[in-house]
Amino acid sequence: MVGIVDYGMGNLLSVRHALESLGADTAILADPEELADADRLVLPGVGAFAEGIRRLRETGLADALGKAVKGRLVPILGICLGMQLMARRGFEGGVHDGLGWFDGDVVRLPQESADVRLPHVGWNDVSPRTQSVLFRGLPACADFYFVHSYHLRCRDGRDVEAACEYGVSFAAAVRKDHVFATQFHPEKSQDHGLRVLENFLQWRP
Amino acid sequence: MLKRRLIPKLQMKTSRFGATARRVLVTTIRFDRVIEIGDPVSQAKIYEAQAADELIFLDLDASAEHRDTLMDVVRRAAEEIFVPFTVGGGVRSIADFRRLLAGGADKVSVNTAAVQRPDLITEAADTFGVQCVVLAIDYRRNSDGTGRVWTKGGREETRLDPLSWAEEGERRGAGEILLTAIDRDGTGQGLDLEMTRKVAERVSIPVIASGGCGLASHFVDGFFEGKADAVSAGTYFCFKDENPMQTRSRIKNAGIPIRLHT
Repeated sequence: MVGIVDYGMGNLLSVRHALESLGADTAILADPEELADADRLVLPGVGAFAEGIRRLRETGLADALGKAVKGRLVPILGICLGMQLMARRGFEGGVHDGLGWFDGDVVRLPQESADVRLPHVGWNDVSPRTQSVLFRGLPACADFYFVHSYHLRCRDGRDVEAACEYGVSFAAAVRKDHVFATQFHPEKSQDHGLRVLENFLQWRP
Repeated sequence: MLKRRLIPKLQMKTSRFGATARRVLVTTIRFDRVIEIGDPVSQAKIYEAQAADELIFLDLDASAEHRDTLMDVVRRAAEEIFVPFTVGGGVRSIADFRRLLAGGADKVSVNTAAVQRPDLITEAADTFGVQCVVLAIDYRRNSDGTGRVWTKGGREETRLDPLSWAEEGERRGAGEILLTAIDRDGTGQGLDLEMTRKVAERVSIPVIASGGCGLASHFVDGFFEGKADAVSAGTYFCFKDENPMQTRSRIKNAGIPIRLHT
């Protein structure tokens, strides 16, 4: 069962519909104990970092996620805010510790010219590294739907699975072993997005 | 490179067939003459297949009594559509935001309630994130050419100037501006490029221009001269023998970055 983690931040239904259209058996999990039943997890989310991490901690989901992902090595896909929460620290609304699965900071995209409007909203092309598992079967330069103002700045470039350009080059997707995450919304990116979700569902260690 | 967006707009009104009320897709001319078209979600599916970048559902009956039929459209859209969509019309409170977002909307647009109580923008942005909050600005031009913001579906004039209201909206936490020229709605005469450009230059959040598209070149003008990040059209896609796929290749040929594949 693919568990979609519900910590009260954002649009779980679209994620669920997208996964189910690919034939996945899904469940929306708000109770930390239920995470023990999941053999794959998705951490979605839109909104602000501070609120997101506060909710994950207060609900006990942060601990349960740690046990599942770091203890049982359950594959997980973070989406948008879900990706950012996997970082060591976030700088939105003060400085907050994240889950710490990626060594890096979540910082605001620089807005150095009038062409760079924030939030970064819309379809932008993503360049995956060669042989990326998550982007298998996709063109070298496929468009995905983004909506965010902050990005995860990885200290270790090897964590970056795909890059995107908006004023600067930033991480559109990251991966460390069985921990995957995208800054874009695969559930809102039509066929390309469904392919990314399918690649995640099919991945085996 | 970030692509410019093409956003079909689906306006809805309550219609009664026998005993059951439901939301139907309509077009309007200058927010006034209403023509019924069909089922909004079926049309949305067609737009999605034609590679629309996003969709906007606008409810013209802002009355609370028909709220269930709006939620029905939102839930069906969320189940069937894999592009982002905005829902607006009659949004008055944080509870309305929460209900629409929980039903599957990606963004919520707010107009009248934000004019009446601008703090609503900030509260919504703080609660759900700026990316969910679209400030819809409907305006008319006075005889001297200056713009005035109108609320309540174009029925009530305010003292607000669209430029300074857009700027205030950004400051208060709106993530996007949906700018609609009421005088051009449904006319096919082209977008109000001057006002669009002024607003786009005044704010640093994305601006969606709407009202007046009748030709593919009007979209091109909106991006080039209007400096819009996105152009939204309702009537254009409903009646013309045009669809988002054809329009986007015309836009692409004009040298504007736009998504071509799905």
